[in-house]
Amino acid sequence: MFPPLPNPTTAPTPPRFGDQDLIRRSASTVTPPAKRQTEVAKLIDVSKCIGCKACQSACLQWNDMVEEVGVNVGVYDNPHDLTPASFTLMRFTEWENPETKNLEWLIRKDGCMHCEDPGCLKACPAPGAIVQYSNGIVDFVHDNCIGCGYCVKGCPFDIPRISKVDNKAYKCTLCSDRVAVGQGPACAKACPTQAIVFGTKDDMKQWADGRIKDLKSRGFKNAGLYDPPGVGGTHVMYVLHHADKPEIYAGLPNNPRISPLVEIWKGVAKYAGFAAIGAMAAVTVVHGIFSGASRVSPHDEEKAKEMAEKPPAGENA
Amino acid sequence: MTNSWTDIKNTDLVVVMGGNAAEAHPCGFKWVTEAKANRGAKLIVVDPRFTRTASVADYYAPIRQGTDIAFLLGVINYCIRNDKVQWEYVKNFTNAAFVVKEGFGWQDGLFTGYDEQKRDYNRSTWDYEIGPDGFAVVDETLQNPRCVWNLLKSHVSLYTPELVERICGTPKDKFLTIARMISECSSPVKTMTSMYALGWTQHSKGSQNIRSMAMLQLILGNIGVRGGGMNALRGHSNIQGLTDIGLMSNLIPGYLTIPTEREPSFDAYMSTRGFKPLRPNQMSYWQNYRKFFVSFQKAMWGDAATPENSFAYDWLPKLDVPAYDVLRAFELMHQGKMNGYFCQGFNPLLSFPNRKKITSALSKLKFLVVMDPLQTETARFWENHGANNDVDPSKIQTEVIELPTTCFAEDEGSLTNSGRWLQWHWPGGSPPGEAKTDAWIMAQIHLRLKELYRKEGGKVPEPIVNLDWRYKDPHEPTAEELAKELNGYVVSDVPDPSDPTKTLLTKGKQVVSFAALRDDGSTACGCWIYSGCFNEAGNNMARRDTSDPDDTGAYLKWSWSWPVNRRILYNRASSDLQGKPWDESRKLLWWDGAKWTGYDVPDIAPTAKPDTVMPFIMNPEGTSRLFTRAMMRDGPFPSHYEPFESPVVNVVAPKVRGNPVARVFRNDFEQFGDAKEFPYAATSYRLTEHFHFWTKHAHANAVLQPEFFVEISEELAKEKGIEKGGTVRVWSKRGSVTAKAVVTKRIKPLTCDGKTVHIVGIPLHWGFTGAARKGFGPNSLTPFVGDANIETPEYKAFLVDIEPVAGPVA
Repeated sequence: MFPPLPNPTTAPTPPRFGDQDLIRRSASTVTPPAKRQTEVAKLIDVSKCIGCKACQSACLQWNDMVEEVGVNVGVYDNPHDLTPASFTLMRFTEWENPETKNLEWLIRKDGCMHCEDPGCLKACPAPGAIVQYSNGIVDFVHDNCIGCGYCVKGCPFDIPRISKVDNKAYKCTLCSDRVAVGQGPACAKACPTQAIVFGTKDDMKQWADGRIKDLKSRGFKNAGLYDPPGVGGTHVMYVLHHADKPEIYAGLPNNPRISPLVEIWKGVAKYAGFAAIGAMAAVTVVHGIFSGASRVSPHDEEKAKEMAEKPPAGENA
Repeated sequence: MTNSWTDIKNTDLVVVMGGNAAEAHPCGFKWVTEAKANRGAKLIVVDPRFTRTASVADYYAPIRQGTDIAFLLGVINYCIRNDKVQWEYVKNFTNAAFVVKEGFGWQDGLFTGYDEQKRDYNRSTWDYEIGPDGFAVVDETLQNPRCVWNLLKSHVSLYTPELVERICGTPKDKFLTIARMISECSSPVKTMTSMYALGWTQHSKGSQNIRSMAMLQLILGNIGVRGGGMNALRGHSNIQGLTDIGLMSNLIPGYLTIPTEREPSFDAYMSTRGFKPLRPNQMSYWQNYRKFFVSFQKAMWGDAATPENSFAYDWLPKLDVPAYDVLRAFELMHQGKMNGYFCQGFNPLLSFPNRKKITSALSKLKFLVVMDPLQTETARFWENHGANNDVDPSKIQTEVIELPTTCFAEDEGSLTNSGRWLQWHWPGGSPPGEAKTDAWIMAQIHLRLKELYRKEGGKVPEPIVNLDWRYKDPHEPTAEELAKELNGYVVSDVPDPSDPTKTLLTKGKQVVSFAALRDDGSTACGCWIYSGCFNEAGNNMARRDTSDPDDTGAYLKWSWSWPVNRRILYNRASSDLQGKPWDESRKLLWWDGAKWTGYDVPDIAPTAKPDTVMPFIMNPEGTSRLFTRAMMRDGPFPSHYEPFESPVVNVVAPKVRGNPVARVFRNDFEQFGDAKEFPYAATSYRLTEHFHFWTKHAHANAVLQPEFFVEISEELAKEKGIEKGGTVRVWSKRGSVTAKAVVTKRIKPLTCDGKTVHIVGIPLHWGFTGAARKGFGPNSLTPFVGDANIETPEYKAFLVDIEPVAGPVA
């Protein structure tokens, strides 16, 4: 059994991390702390998950979110997608294994991956709306959010959602408020089978090794850890029985990386002297780049590559 | 459960059949994931659907609902034929060697003594041959053709892998793989645990489903050992407590029985409860019945229960029928013979079969009292909710009184879990509005009734006016007071027989356990099996010490388990005849030369010699039973019967419909459909997002599973032109529902006896009150028939038809 965290003290305790521990801040420069905090991670063991949705329920309750009562559209996934209220979602896939001919019901808890190299943060034009702490947690600061939606497009996992109520972006916080007082995320606490565990990233990798060995002994020869290098690794990782085919788990990206569009935007921000002219002006400049479909299409990607190589004229006007 | 939730971590093989533990018991299921992760245990799931449990299983096989007995007798047959038997266990600890009377037999699906008119058996041949010494005759060589082992061998020989495939639709190769995996657990150092739930009980032969697996576990030597056992996962929190406390019309607490009309006197009642040992030196613990019964009567009527009035025996009701189970209660209501109904923590409008009949029965009542923390559908049965409750309120005259109660999180008390642990809990919040504890409400009713009887007299006032009511505040007995009463106390001093100047038991003290109970009226005890839960050491149910020496999973200092804090029943069977553990690495209880010692409280007298006193102390045989004598109405061995509504005929006994002794009320026979009219095999079940009909009142749960649906295979969907997410109508001979369609690969058509059988899955959870969308429950469709022994309704196997319909107009 993964050792459970002791309950917190009822006495007020200072938070374990804060602004002094920021290593990245959207559309701003920060002086990184001299010493980085131990990196944390949440490990989701898909092979132990029974799809009970206790994590979804705990997430709604802890974050005090009210999701609407939806409808059934012929599947078990409810709600049908991540929403501004639902930061996490069980995605169910019925997959017939072509090798064994057996049905496998793949159940993956979707949500923010807390990338080491966060595309959302890099795409964000609003100073301080997205921050990254030295322990790896990527958090949204709603007071600074302007609701532009660039984080959605910057995210290789399609995670953030913009609220129609307050026009701000929402996603999993890795329960930064709980972690700040020495607790794990609410979803991990609620998980009955310890399919979700939380700790230092090193410990999580080690725990995952044991799980992968067990899975290999049961015939899952491609069992492995999902900690994609394209985004510098993640602070939410998966143990997958078929790590060679992450896409079968409701479209988990095989090799996620930040869209080249975001890299251009980074360049634009630099030239535009962004901090001086203000966020709105910058938004106007790059609006053309980002407008269009909510997902980055191959066409966009190609165009972006061209643009990155040959900046269009007048971009620094 | 014979074992406990925490003990499941000790197993090598988990068989989930007749249940869906990951879905319906997700928190307990963690012990399965522990066994898998730490011991390399394997998980097998056998179910008509590929369930959430199957999603984490090592091996899955489909089975047609209602054919589990054929499958399990097939596995027993496989084990016997392949010599995969824990022989030492079987020979010593089961009744394999007992010789059965001449004349017993089985033919064409029926055992000896069937009376078609009465739908009952004359069970006189279903017993042992008794020798001149008054004991049962045994043949330790197992050569006698009438010994239990040989009768069993011949009884199961029919169930070949081919026949199993024909009946169950389980492909032969899958059946054989599972049989092989299970049979490996006949080794003394390998154990299997059986986790089952309502998927086995809710059949017209539910008790025999469980019997079949219990027999298999005995043959493998898996009862009484760590990581083994027959583990019933109870469907409600504290439903174990409900049965322990005897909340059934034919029981009184601790599995004692209510007298019948044929037992007009205490002597007549006790005359059939002698429990004389059937073999020399056996404990036959029920010989103490009188002590438990008299102590119960003293708890009920205190000083008014005296030796002179046979401890108030006359004040107990005497049953004129085997039981007033829920099906009979609603039948009587339907006939207009039962006019008032108290419904406490129960939602019969959605819980009992054939909803049309339930609505009609409730409509004939003069009054209905509903005690519940939630506004149940039953309390609103008279209200029109369109198609979801299509009634005419102007035609219903029943007076409905709702008494809001506290819920479990708002009051104090104990809950008994599946593993028999009594866990004390404290209020986590205050009750809303006018909600009161059930104890307060019952006390008000009792005190008022008592007063009325005192003033006005009436028929048989004694049981009410003499009821012992020794609570500090008579208007609201506390949970502690009630628990102390269940534990039992000393009514009058009992001198120490070895030193008359001392007392053995002192008046007013709590008894230490049921071993102290007496049959002379000097002790009182509300529920003998709970004795020890709250003794002079304090409230043992409130203990929260997580220490567990050598990580055995026993946790003896966490809460309290009945009986006498024992965690694994029959634990003496974890050692061989000499008292040496079968498995040194998983030892539980062993003989140290002078006494039994180990990690658990011994299930036998601590000094009972290992080769003399056998482990199954509750049975007069001292052994467990592969052959149950006349104790079950439908046979001493299980036999395959189809559900009352089945897509195929019984290939073993084509003339027999359903379980031949299941009780069916006359008008309900006409309400059974057949496969011509209703071609699809339906089953009902729970989903993990909800708990029965409670959590649809909670917004978050309503979000996670918002709307009523049915599940069908892609093949059936194609055949009927049903689209994923489309709306369908499903109907049986008794009713009709509309639902969304979940079209899934997780349900596949089966081939049974050459015929394609399509399965329709119908989850429960939806009604017309609460936060979730309005819907139906499967009980609009299910038949009004129960198990032959305990009348649990047959919810798991019935026939329906299905068609696509236009969705609701937005």
